[in-house]
Parts: sequence; structure tokens; C-alpha cells
Amino acid sequence: MAEKIGVYFDKSSIGPYFDYDELVEFVESKFGGLCPAVKAHPLLAGEDGRKMIQQDLDDGVIDSVLVCGATPRVDWEFYKFGNDVLVDRVNLREHCVLSYMEPDGSVPELTEDTPELLLALAKDYISMGVTKLQKCKIPHPEEIASSETILVLGGGWTGLTAALDASKAGHPVVVVEKAAELGGYAAKMFKSTPLTYPHNTAQDSGIEAKIAAVQADENIKVFTSATLVQLKGAPGTYEAVLSGGETLKVGAVVLATGWVPQSTDVLKPLGYGSSPAIVTTLELEEMAKRGELKAGAKVAFVLNTESCVGPEAFQKLEKCDEEAPAEAAKPAAEGEEEEAYVHEDLETSRHLPYASAVNTMVVLKQAGYVADNGGIAYVFYDHMIVPGIHERFYKAAQDKLGVMMTKAAIAGIEPDGDGVLVKAADTLIGEDLEVKVDLVVLPTGMVPATAKDPVMNFEYRQGPAFPDLDLFDGFADSNYICFPYETRRTGVYAAGAIRQPMMLDAAEDDAAGAALKAIQCLESINRGVSVHPRSGDNSYPVFNFVRCTQCKRCTEECPFGALDDDEKGTPLPNPTRCRRCGTCMGACPERVISFDTYNIDQIGSMIKQIHVPENMDTDGPRVLILACENDAYPALDMAAQRGHHWSPYVRILPVRCLGSVNAIWVADAMSKGMDGVMLLGCKYGDDYQCHFVKGSEICNRRKTNIAETLERLGVEPDRVEQYEIAIDEYDKVPVLIEEFLAMIMEKGPNPFKGY
Amino acid sequence: MSNSILVVGGGFSGITAALEAAEVGYEVFIVEKGPYLGGRVAQLNKYFPKLCPPSCGLEIQFQRIKKNPNVKFFTLAEVTSVSGSAGNYTVKVKIKPRYVGPAGADLHELAQELSADVPNPFEFGLSNRKALYMDVPFAFPYRYVLDRDKLTRDDENLLAKSIYLDLNDTEREIELTVGSIVLATGWKPYDVTNLSNLGAGSVADCISNMQMERLAAASGPTGGQIVRPSDGKAPKSVAFVQCAGSRDQNHLNYCSYICCMASLKQARYVREQYPDAKVTIFYIDLRTPERYQKFAQVTLADDGITAVKGKVAAVEQGAGQVLVTVEDAVRGAKYQQGFDLVVLATGMQPSLAGEKTPFGAMVDEDGFVIAGAEQGIFAAGCAKKPLDVMKSAQSATGAALKAIQTVRGR
Repeated sequence: MAEKIGVYFDKSSIGPYFDYDELVEFVESKFGGLCPAVKAHPLLAGEDGRKMIQQDLDDGVIDSVLVCGATPRVDWEFYKFGNDVLVDRVNLREHCVLSYMEPDGSVPELTEDTPELLLALAKDYISMGVTKLQKCKIPHPEEIASSETILVLGGGWTGLTAALDASKAGHPVVVVEKAAELGGYAAKMFKSTPLTYPHNTAQDSGIEAKIAAVQADENIKVFTSATLVQLKGAPGTYEAVLSGGETLKVGAVVLATGWVPQSTDVLKPLGYGSSPAIVTTLELEEMAKRGELKAGAKVAFVLNTESCVGPEAFQKLEKCDEEAPAEAAKPAAEGEEEEAYVHEDLETSRHLPYASAVNTMVVLKQAGYVADNGGIAYVFYDHMIVPGIHERFYKAAQDKLGVMMTKAAIAGIEPDGDGVLVKAADTLIGEDLEVKVDLVVLPTGMVPATAKDPVMNFEYRQGPAFPDLDLFDGFADSNYICFPYETRRTGVYAAGAIRQPMMLDAAEDDAAGAALKAIQCLESINRGVSVHPRSGDNSYPVFNFVRCTQCKRCTEECPFGALDDDEKGTPLPNPTRCRRCGTCMGACPERVISFDTYNIDQIGSMIKQIHVPENMDTDGPRVLILACENDAYPALDMAAQRGHHWSPYVRILPVRCLGSVNAIWVADAMSKGMDGVMLLGCKYGDDYQCHFVKGSEICNRRKTNIAETLERLGVEPDRVEQYEIAIDEYDKVPVLIEEFLAMIMEKGPNPFKGY
Repeated sequence: MSNSILVVGGGFSGITAALEAAEVGYEVFIVEKGPYLGGRVAQLNKYFPKLCPPSCGLEIQFQRIKKNPNVKFFTLAEVTSVSGSAGNYTVKVKIKPRYVGPAGADLHELAQELSADVPNPFEFGLSNRKALYMDVPFAFPYRYVLDRDKLTRDDENLLAKSIYLDLNDTEREIELTVGSIVLATGWKPYDVTNLSNLGAGSVADCISNMQMERLAAASGPTGGQIVRPSDGKAPKSVAFVQCAGSRDQNHLNYCSYICCMASLKQARYVREQYPDAKVTIFYIDLRTPERYQKFAQVTLADDGITAVKGKVAAVEQGAGQVLVTVEDAVRGAKYQQGFDLVVLATGMQPSLAGEKTPFGAMVDEDGFVIAGAEQGIFAAGCAKKPLDVMKSAQSATGAALKAIQTVRGR
């Protein structure tokens, strides 16, 4: 608990626009003994300034530090005084000096003669900063004895690579493979597409050597013909129950269960099923492996899939809106029979084009098999999708005798005697083409295992599978760009074709990455800190169960399924599943959830520090902005740095994520007489940008309830509004503030003002 | 012996490799040539396929760096020599002077007082800057830098008075001991002026795809307005010329991986900003691998965007328009079409191409790193092969593990 807060003003960041003696005097008289050292320094963010603060700490004058100056996003390196000293920042530059304008919109040339409203703004922010620190405690994370073992699900190319990589990094590994043999599809391949420089020839994959290496590794235990029937507990202390009945203690999981071939029904428009001479690339590969490719055969490879999967497959299905999937996913209410979980089959026609690059590379490889066997390969394509370095393999195929490739539209594929007639139009040679071949080869759609089955079988309150898999057509993914490997379940990292169709070269890299993430998760647990994106955060939610009413909101809303519950519905926290977003804290109507460094009382008390004048007509309104610290807050900083200004009547308060916003804060602000509340958070929906996936979306749902409550109390519900702000919308955010303020001015004061 | 890791390059791959290793518990040094971290990603307007801002992803990484004492980074720094072997490397790093003191004091007004304007490479010549500058949006570190050679005598006198600058700042050299090295040296846009037939450098309204990113970015020279460099007017028709340098044995003998998706993405920028504008993409193959197919399909469903399979033979200045000569591969015809703006989808070239490095000869004929693992040296991201950001992050995470395997227990 911060009891002696040193308050320091950095003149170099703020400028000469305040009478610092006055600010010092303000803090001393308002907070007295709570702030025993209050000082202004010409250049705080430097050796001299740092020494001054360190001296006050060493002398025992203060136990925590509040720096008033530039945004907390800069100069951070100067204000680190060890793990036992709480440090916080008050943004007097971006949120006060740089962004200041008069209520009429004019921007004054600032001088030492501080405008009254600017001074009021600064005083509010300083008071909020002191209060924030006062309500902070140094977290003492729980120490968990975690298992060092990494469970690798899937004994194919990716899984085996991950197992070897984790073992080489010093971790015991358990590999669980569904089939009787290790090796997965890699072991069924005749050859692999290029794995190494110069990337221009098919080669042996080396899967046998990989299997042998795994089997010889004393650190790796292998279970074949086995599946994971249950994963209980939490990262660090998972209990994995296998189909053979074994129970294993594991710390983290690499999910590498790969793919299953898509139903060949999707290939019917290309003639699949009409002749045994029409096969898929997967079937051809197996033929080649068995040595069944006829010497001198003519084989047509068809990569065009438009007749199987048209553009309409990618347009938003209107059905989705009607179905309201949220309802279906809701757990059974109290008293009702809990329905057995049914995994929705997420295989779609889209899985065929999703494997476009894999199939193109595989076709180039297989065309080589045919040519090398004295045959002729015809390759028909719409787009030759061999991105990046794989272009070299394409070039090599172009030069290969016996391989003929052309862009074409497929006009027909028909059985013809003992062969198949392929009719192609719009070819690059300018004319239509008909070839009779011995075999036609069609692409293989790759469906991630998670589209068909929960795979993980979590014993979690929120169910056995990953949530929202439908957003990603069944691929185990939670972000797509910035956080590869991460799933919606902490401690489980996906690699290989379960995430995205890929070839062996990419899967090998992927396996190493996922192994690292699993190891990193264990190391973080051992240090009692959170994993990405709040890496290193050593606070965790604390539950005061005495007041819990078992409403289950926290257990239902946690984006990561961190909370289970007992029979009565009391939440059971699992700190190592938690990513510290605070969504549970925002959900709780009884306010029983808190973090040492971030809690309901703290933010509520900060709001109470805002001075709200009684007369809006003479002294203006007051508007609270709760801004997501990840994107909206930096956008506001940037807006100020770019010379934008906003009303001196707003007060910005950063929050971890809008998901952590508890309705009581809005109520606190409104009952205090503030005239409106703006909630600035990330974009939500299918292409969500929320770092915690669901936070801003959940906040929006809660906002609806808040609006209803306000309406019942006779307050216009649009006094509380949520906005989606991306980090680069810094030119837009001042406009939103201006519009909101204009709306408030028109409405007049909050009817509660003065009560 | 050392269990520390050196990461060369502070772009997305380098930052990711460093953080992933540091969060396991290893000490990591990032050595970045430029004044800021973030690399090419900092220049991008949006990522495909979510069309979300790259600065969001960078901000997370920067927050992670701030919180993690295991990560130490040096900007304006270059590795000058490497000696030793896996597990025990001695690395010399030269650090150029920044001339600006450590505090994040706001030097905007001071910079504005400087008289001389100098071309801004961050904006690819689309705008100028002062010699005292901080041109990267959400700059990290948030600190100005001085290009001292570009100062006039008067400007120098002016800056000498500021307490925030030290004009006597000098170059220094430091020595690091590390056990493993990650090369995340990234890429540079291929110099299209080598493709004289495509008008780059000579036709004003023929720009590169990276210039397009800056034009579309809110932090860019036009505040995000996509306009013609020649007259500042909104284009009504825009052509994208794919494979400008890529897949061409006289230039880049590989596919640059990102350009098809980048052009589709930029077509969306144009269409979003100008609902009446028409976009044409001239391509050899549209390479939108795997799950990107969804983005491609949704983008191409827009009637205002047309994709034409054809190789562009020439780009020339016409009367008020840019003339594009196309060999239509499907119809077999050669024709000329005028556009208001032409964007060359320029490829990526590894930064190490044609460079002498202190790491030994481990690159292939194109400049991609192909060896080094035996020596505890691993490549990440586009130093290894052409990749997008997602795959770079993936590659960097894998490289971090390899580095850890090398230094573990030392």
C-alpha cells in the first residue's frame, strides 16, 4: 500500500505554463502527510532527477513515486526503482498542456499565466494520480509448483518437431498420437516439397529420422493409438487423461493435431466419383508411395476450384444473423438439465481454397513424379499460388521435360473409356484444349482437426473446445496476425495445419515457435506472472467470496475460460489461466473481484477526485472518458502530439480493457453529477482488435443494461456512449469528443447534479 | 561463455525474437541501425487481412519491452565485428550519436524553427523534414534525433542553445558477450528505378506500394489522403502493376510473397476513400495463399476492383494520365490504358543483399540467409525468406527457441 507518495513535476516535459509553487502547495495542502515530498525539477527524466527521487526513497521519506509530466508511455526507463516501489504517472503534457483549448474552441497561446480551466484540469489529474497510487498494493504473486512437462498433441511432422525442440530446450515431453504409428501425413508422402536451399527440388522429408530421434530421446515419452480424453486444471498443473486411462501431469500443451482431408463431395463438379481414374492429390501421393504410378502415364492436374467453391462461399451468410449463435452457446440455467456438449462440424467448402498454396506446391511435386516416371503431366490452374521462395520450385517445374502447365478454365472432366477427357478453355496458348489422360488429380481440402472435434476436451466451465472457432472456420487461432500460436486457452499453443494449411518447411518453423510459447508459459507461471499480452504482470484477480452471489457472470464472460465454478456457482479461480484483462472485475455486480494494482475502489475513488462544479451553465459540464490503455490511450497521446485539442471539461481515465469497466464506475460518475461518460475501446466483431478478444464487445453489451438503468432513473441513456477507436484514429478522436460535448451542452446538466 | 542473445535488427521480427526469448528469462540485446524500433512495419498503414493498424501491434511489443528488464536495445547502432563461436561470441557495436538528451522533452517547436528542409526517407521522398526530427508515428524510443550533417550554420547555433541537445555527442563503441545471434535484418523495397520501363522515378504519378502505404496513412505526408503526387488531386482510376521486379531473373529471382495481398489491401484503401474510383490490378498470378483466400474473394467481389491477368510492359507519362501498356495473357492482345495513378507492387529484397556483413558469408545469391545454425546464428523473418508480418512473427519465435537451445545452461 502506498502510504508516503513522492510527487514530482517534470518541468522539461510540461513547460513553463504552470506556477509550480502553486501546484506543490496544492498537493501539500490537499494530501498532507500522504505526500511527504512534493517537488518540481527542471529536467526530471535525467540522472539528476532520478537521483533526487532515489534519495527520497533511500531516506525513507517516501515509499512510492508519482511523476507528473509527459505521458507514461515515454521516459519509462528513468522511473524504475525496483519491484518494491510503486510508480505511477500523471499525464500533464498530452492530456493537459498540449491538448488544452478554451471551451469556445479557441486555442490560447499558453504563457505563465495559466488559464483557470487548465489549472483545474491539472489539479484533477494530479488528485486522481495520488488516489490511484494510494489504492495500489504491491502484488505478491502466488508461487505455483508447475510441471515442466510439455504435452504435444499429435505425432505428425509438426508434433514430432515440437517434441524434439522442447526436449532440446530441456523439457520433458509427452507425445500423444491418435494413430498406431508416428509420422502423420508426412510418413505417407513419397517425397516432400522443397525444405531447404535452393528450394527447387522435391526431397525426402526425413520423417523416419525424426521418428527415430523422438523414439531415442529419453526425455520424450510417446503414446500411440491414444487421444486426450480430458484436460483438467490449469497451465502449470494440468492433468491430462488419455484414452488408455493414463493420467499425466503436464504444464503446457502444443496442439499439433493437424488436418483431415475434406469430404470429396466438394469435388463433384470436377468429376470426382464419376471414375476411379479421378483422384485427389492425397490419393496420388499414396499411390506414388506404394510405387503404383504407371510408367509413362498421362496425368492431368487440375488446380481450378472455382466450380467447386464460388465467390459466394465467402460472402457473409445471412443465416448467421438470424441464428443468434450467442443464445445457443449459453450454458444451461440453474435447475435445467445441463445438455451434453455437441461439437458443431465446421467443415466448409472454403477449406478447399484455404489449401490453395499447399495444393499448388503438391501438384508441382507430383507432376515431377509423373515426368520422372516417363509420363506427361498437364497442370491446369487459374492462379499458380507458389508464394515467396517457392517460386524457385515453380521455375524448376517449368523447365522440366514432361510437365506442361497452362492457365485455363476447366470446361469439363468426363470419363472416357479407360481414361478421362479433360476439356480446358481460355488457355495461355490461346485456344481450347482437350486431352485424354490416364488419371486426373484434384486438390485436397485440408480441414483442421478442431473443426471436427473438441480435440482438447477441456474440463472447463466454458466447455471442452476452443470458443468462437466458427470465426476462423475451425482453425485454432485467436488473433491471426500479431499473436501466432495463441489460442483462447492460456497454456495451449497451436502449431502446423491446425492453425493454417502449410507445408513441412513452414510447419517446422511453426513447431519451434509453439514449443517456445509453451516453455515461456511455464517460465511465466514459475515467476507468478502473466503471459502475453500483459506479459510480466504479477497481479491476479482476488475474489472476496463472502459477498459473491453466485450470479456466474464472471465465469461466463471470461474470454479465456479462466474461471470454473462449484455446484453452487461460486467461481473457482485458476490464476495461471488468467491473462489479467479484468473482464471478470467488470462483470461482477457485487464488486468482489479486484487486483492489487487495479480495482473497483481505486477507479471509483479516482472518479470521486474529479471536481464537478454545481452550475454547468457557468462552469461547464464534466465528462469522464474511460479509455482503453492499449489503443485509445495512445491514440489520445498521438492526437495531442499532432496538435489536436479537446474540451477542458473532459477527464481521461485509462482502463486495462473496456471489458474491465464495471457499471458502478459509470454510476459513480453520474451520481457525482458528471454529465456524460465516453467509453473508448477497440473494434469488436469478426475482425476484432481487442487484445483480450472480447472485452470491448462485452462492454458494449453491458452498456445496454446501463442505458436501461439510466432511463429508469430519468437520465438520458445517450449520456453514456461507447466508441470504437483504433490506435491510428488519432485525428478522429478529438472530433468524437467535440461531438459528444456538443450533445451534452445541448442536453444540459445531468439531472442528478447537486444531489 | 554467455547465455545472452544478440538480435540484429529492431523491426517486427527482431523485436519479436527478442521479447519471446526475454520472456522465457534470457537477457537479449537488440541492435538497430535506425533511430527507432519498428522497422518496415512502422511505415505500413494497415495489415492484411484484418485491415487493422500495425502501430497497435508495435505498441504491444513496446509495452512488453518497457516492462522487461531482460531486453536492452541500442538504436543508431551497428555490429562492426563478431568473434568467437557458438556460446561465446564477442560482438563490437558502434553507436552513432543521437545528439538529443535522454528526456522526452517536446522538441517539436524547436525543430520547426530550423531553416533547412531535408528529404524524408521515412516518407520515401513524398515529403521533407527538419534535420531535428521524430518522423515515426508512435516513435519508440520517443525521442528526437539529429541529422547533424544537414544543419546550416544558423541552425547549429540555434540548437547549441538548447539544454536538451548535446552537439558534442560522439560516436562510441561497446562490446557485448553473447552466446547466440539472431539475424533479423529484414528487407528493403527493391529499387524500381532499375525497371526503367515501368516509369518509377520519372513518371510523377507512378508510385511504389510503400509510397502508397505512406499516402494512405493518417501519419503520412497527406494525412491519409490518397492523392496524386503531381497535382494533389484525387485519382478516379488506379492501376496496380504486380511483380514490379519480382519473379524476374534480371531483378528479383523469386516471388516477394506480400505484394498480391498488399495490392488487394491497397485497392480497398482506394475504394474506401473514393467510392466512385475504379481499380485495376494487372497480375501474372494472384498469390493469396491459404486463409488469405477469404480476403481476396471478399475484395474481388467489389465491382470497382478488376483483376486482369497480364504483364505490364511499359508505364509512361501521357496527357494528364499515366499510360500503362499491358500484354493481356488471356485475350492475347496488347493494349494501352490510361490511369490517374499507377502503383508499382515493388518486391522485397533482403537487407543483406549486396552488403558486407561481419557475420561471414551465409547468404544465397539473392541475399537470404541460408546457413549459420551450426554456429549458433539463426535468421528470422525476411532475412531468411520473403514473408508477411504474421509469418515473420512466427519465424522470429522459432528463431528465439533455437537461440535459447544454443545458450541454455551456459
